[in-house]
This record gives sequence, C-alpha cells and structure tokens, in this order.
Amino acid sequence: MSIYADIILDHYQNPRNNKKLDTPSRTVDVNNPLCGDKLHMELTEKNGSVEDIGFTGEGCAISIASASLLTQYAKGKDLQKLSSLEADDVVGLLGIELTPNRMKCALLSWEGLLKLVNK
Amino acid sequence: MFNPKQIRDDFPIYYHNPHLIYLDSAATSLKPISVIDKLNEYYKKYSANIHRGIYKIAEKASEEYEESRKIVSLFINSKRSEEIIFTKGATESLNLIASSLGQALIKEGDEIVTTILEHHANFVPWQQLMAQTGAVLKVIDINDNHEWGVATYSKHGKVRIDISDVVTTKTKILAVNYVSNTLGTINPVKEIIQEAKKINPAIITVVDAAQAAPHIPIDVQSLGCDFLVFSGHKMLGPTGVGVLWGKYEHLQSMPPYQFGGDMIREVALEETTFNDVPHKFEAGTPPIAEIIALKEAIAYLKYFGFEAIQNHEKQLARYAIEKMQQEFGERITILGPREFERRSGVVSFVLNKIHPHDIAQILDEYDICVRAGHHCTMPLHHTLQYPATTRASFYLYNNEEDVDHLVKGLRKVVKTFQK
Ligand SMILES: Cc1ncc(COP(=O)(O)O)c(C=O)c1O
Repeated sequence: MSIYADIILDHYQNPRNNKKLDTPSRTVDVNNPLCGDKLHMELTEKNGSVEDIGFTGEGCAISIASASLLTQYAKGKDLQKLSSLEADDVVGLLGIELTPNRMKCALLSWEGLLKLVNK
Repeated sequence: MFNPKQIRDDFPIYYHNPHLIYLDSAATSLKPISVIDKLNEYYKKYSANIHRGIYKIAEKASEEYEESRKIVSLFINSKRSEEIIFTKGATESLNLIASSLGQALIKEGDEIVTTILEHHANFVPWQQLMAQTGAVLKVIDINDNHEWGVATYSKHGKVRIDISDVVTTKTKILAVNYVSNTLGTINPVKEIIQEAKKINPAIITVVDAAQAAPHIPIDVQSLGCDFLVFSGHKMLGPTGVGVLWGKYEHLQSMPPYQFGGDMIREVALEETTFNDVPHKFEAGTPPIAEIIALKEAIAYLKYFGFEAIQNHEKQLARYAIEKMQQEFGERITILGPREFERRSGVVSFVLNKIHPHDIAQILDEYDICVRAGHHCTMPLHHTLQYPATTRASFYLYNNEEDVDHLVKGLRKVVKTFQK
C-alpha cells in the first residue's frame, strides 16, 4: 500500500498551522541534514497548555504532513502531557506504515515539539 | 555481442528480483555471478590467511591475493604492482593519503586545492587536515554548465584550463574528482594536472576515480597524477575492498597509516622496522576474499571493454534525459553539462519541486531504485541551492526499458501530487 494516503497528501498540500505566530513564547529549529528538511516551530502558552502553535519550513510530504497533524494534535493540550508523547503516538496520528528511513522524516516535528515543551 | 538483456543473466539479483529496475549503480553496482563464485571459492577451497602460513592452502590464498594486485596494476597501467595498495574503499584510500601525506608534507600556510563537486570522501579529509595543520583549503567552483569554472571548452570539445588564480607555488596538494557522482561530468583531470604541474612541479595530485573506474579506462601514467583511488563495489566487485595507487617514491617515503601485523619487518621492545611498500600500508588481515574476487570484476569489465560499456551508458543517459525533458518539459531540471559527450551514465534531476524522498519512495512502489538526497556532495548542493536531488545512474545491465519504467514511474509521482 502506498504511504501517500489521502490524509498525508491532504496535510502536505494544505498544511494546518503552517504559519508564524505574532508573539511566540517558545521557538525551535530542527533539521534533518540527510534530506535537507528544515522546520521552524513556535508556540504560545496559556495556563500550562498550548494556546497556539505554528511551523514553517521545507521538507518531504511525510515530514510536512506529520508537522501539520502533530501541531493540530498539540493545540490546547497540556505542555506536561505533551512532553511524554512517544514516537509511536506520532506514527499513530499519521496512520501509515513507515520504513526506518522515512521514520526520520515523520519524527522531525516530534523532535521539535519535545524541544518546545521541554524548554 | 553487447546485449544488456543477456548480460542480466549473469547477475543473480535479477533472478531473485525479476521486476527489479536498478538505477543506483553510482551508489553500488550489482555483482555478476563470477565475482560471487570467486568469493565462495576462497571460503570453500583455500580460506587461509595470507603471507603467513607455509602450508599449501595458505600459499594458494597468498598467490590469488597477489595476482589481484598485478591485475589491478595492469587495469590502471601502473608502472609496478607494488604501487597498488588494497584498502577498504576509496574513502579509506583518501583518508590514508590525507593523513600520511599530511603528516609528512603539510605545514601552516601551505595550500591544498580541491573542487566544489567533490564527494565528501575527497573533501572532508582535506578540510580536517587544514584544521590540524593551519593549511589553507582552496575550492574550485563550477560554472553555469555545471563544469569546473577553470575549464573552457572549444566547439570541438577541446579543453583549456586556467588555474593561475588558484594554484600557486604554495599549493602542496591538488585533489580532484574524475567523474562526478552527482553531475555525471567527466572532468578534464589530465589537463588540470598538467596545468598544476606547470605552476608548481612539486605539487602532489590526487585523483578520486571512484566513479571513473567502473566506466572509463584509466591510465595513471598518462594522467600524470601522483595518487589515484577507487572502490571495488562500484565496478562489479565486492564491498569492503578499495584501491590506492601511488607513485612508488611517494609511498616509500610516506609514514604508515596503521600499525600491526603484516606491515612490520621486525619488532623489538623499543623500535619497529616497517615492511616494504605495499605491505607497509596493509596492516592486519585484509578482506582476502574480496580482494581475490576483485580481479573477476575486472575480467568481466574487460570482456566487454570500456568502449562498449561507455557507449551503452551514454546512450541510456541520453535517452533518459531526452525522454524526461519531452515528458515533463519545464517542470524538470537536469543537472550536469548539456553536452552528452562530457557526461557519464549519471542523471540527477529536480522535478516540479517534489521532494526527492517522495519521488524515490513512490518509484520504489514500482520496484524502481533511485537515489534521493545529497549523494554525499553537500557543498555542491549548497552551491546549486537544492537541498536534495534525485539521481538515476546506469550501468551495463540497464536497458531502455528501465528508462521507460522510470519515466512512467515519474508520471505517477507527478500525478500523486496533483491530487
Ligand atoms: C566520487 C566518489 N568518491 C568517493 C566515494 C566513496 O566511496 P566508498 O564509499 O566506496 O569509500 C564515492 C562513493 O559514493 C564517490 O562516488
């Protein structure tokens, strides 16, 4: 089965939260030099939760779709809770099976999110 | 005689993967049965260590091993077979040169010259040497036609090199790529060496022939270089074996790279005398089976001859480029020079801003193997301002049908992202 399921293509072509925030309280840059993928992620918080979250950057369909799905998931969630998010949870959000090589693409935004919430 | 369909029968991987469309020979080539059989022959019939045992199978193994050295020596027309040193690959060969020559030769303020299109294996060792010694690294750029900026070609393909701005009497080493693994350019290595030696006759020239050895005939004497390196696995041979060729007088004066068994003559408590060249540089038990089987790879290439192989690859590259341009027009950018004569069988491209990983992944759904990424040429990709590219590379077992599949696959890629 193709990993380019409709949900992936949808989130790649119309990424959610693909934006810069006006006054982010936390920002982070992550990259995957092997593929040249780069993400800049930011968030604002309110009462210990993610008030708003956004990302910009370039990458393959998997890394962009994953950033889109993950930021969507993170919005409104407790920062503490997000810090215990596991790689498997992210793969679950994508709903596709990934080879070890593509796992790196899928998990780039997760790496960024963990850095953001642990700042 | 040269029939790619028939050639495939010699490559068992096609039997085990009947639908395989392998277009990544620049990363590593497939292996013919004769090479695989030779590896097995060693393990089955005379799997002894070399240069040590007095018994018959050890002598047989040593003979086979040293015969490989002679065959490699003939393969690149070196003056004497002692100039051939076996390493584990082009990477190790280059590291050996940088480390040993660096120790012996390079001081603060010296210059090392290389080019922007180098594979990391012929870039990072020099960069590190520079950091250790305070030498200066100078980098030759490429022009709009993706060829060395210091080269100009006449209408008839004759090349003129002007490196008077780069190479000086302070330049100790010139390290250049023969055939680019990303652009597919066949670089005017002989000409640049000639020019460099005119400016500084003492300059040491190093040629990375990792992508040349599988495809074009190499003659180290005619090239006029001081060192030349390549890997076995890209030229139908086994993994884990590479070649370092160096002029005998350099090898003799250079310090060893590693210490241990085989590379010594005599060891006393305080002092060790080293073995002669080439053994001085072959410390420890080498990949014996792989080195023995390397000569079968050379025999296979010689059977068809480089002229036929090159013609075939160039034709495929040309067919692929023309077909892709026809199909995708402005949406596709092909890297490398426009002139087909100055290209090898490597075709790298950027398609419609689709990420190369996505291209390679979708092609894989149709059993088409291409490479996606920076192909270990990050400085070049930075210069070209592409974070990554997709590369198809051809060898003697590929045919036009493979190209047709590739183009069909790319059509599917474009369609997937048009949804
Ligand atoms: C031009 C060039 N130089 C050096 C190397 C390094 O070869 P190896 O990985 O076999 O040591 C490669 C392999 O990709 C290459 O293409």
